[in-house]
Amino acid sequence: MPAALEIAVTVLILAGAFFMFVGSYGLAKLPDMMRRLHGPTKATTLGVGAILVASMLDALLVTGDLSMHELLIAVFLFLTAPVTANMIAKAYILRNRAERAALPPTGRPAGWATLVRGEVPPVPEGSIRP
Amino acid sequence: MIMVACAIALAVVAAGMLLNLYRLAAGPDALDRVLALDTMAINAIALVMLLGIWFETHIYFEAALLIAAVGFLATVAFCKYLLRGNVIG
Repeated sequence: MPAALEIAVTVLILAGAFFMFVGSYGLAKLPDMMRRLHGPTKATTLGVGAILVASMLDALLVTGDLSMHELLIAVFLFLTAPVTANMIAKAYILRNRAERAALPPTGRPAGWATLVRGEVPPVPEGSIRP
Repeated sequence: MIMVACAIALAVVAAGMLLNLYRLAAGPDALDRVLALDTMAINAIALVMLLGIWFETHIYFEAALLIAAVGFLATVAFCKYLLRGNVIG
C-alpha cells in the first residue's frame, strides 16, 4: 500500500509540474492577450490542484493521516481563478478601442454585456433565457 | 522516488516562472503584465507546496494560503486601478 501511494504522489507531482509549465508556456507563446488568458487560467489551476492532492497524500504517507488543509487553498483558487480571468478580460476590452470595434455582433437585441450601459432591451419570445 | 519527482517539479515550475518573467518584461499591454503577475503568484503557490513536500513539513501551508489570498487581491486591485484610476470607489 505505501508503494502504491508513493507512486500516486510521484505521478501527481509530475503531472502538476507539467500543467504548470504548459500554462506558463502558453502565457509566453500565444499571440494576443485574449488567447494568452487561456493558458494560465486553465492549466495552472489543474497544475496546482494536482500538486495540492499530492501534498495531501504525502501527509498520509509521512504522518499516517490525510491532511485536509490543502483543500482550503484548492477551493480558494478554484473560486478566484474565474473571477480574476473575467476581471482581466473585461479590463482589456474596456481599455482597448480597437478590441471593442473588432467584436462580432451578438445576433440578438441585447449587446455585449460588458459594453451595454443602462437598460438592457427586452428578450424576444421563444428565446432560451427567461 | 518522491524526492526525485520533487526536484524535477521544482526545476520545471521555476522554468515556468522564468517564462512568466519574460511576459512580465515584454508584455505589450499593462494587462499582459497583470496576467503574468497573477500566473507568477499561482506558480509561487505550487513552488511553496513542493517545498512543503520536499521538507516533509506542514509549516509551508500557511505561506501558500497567504500567497493565494494576496495574489487574488492584488490582481483585482490592479484591474480596478487600470479601469478606473483608483482602487476603491
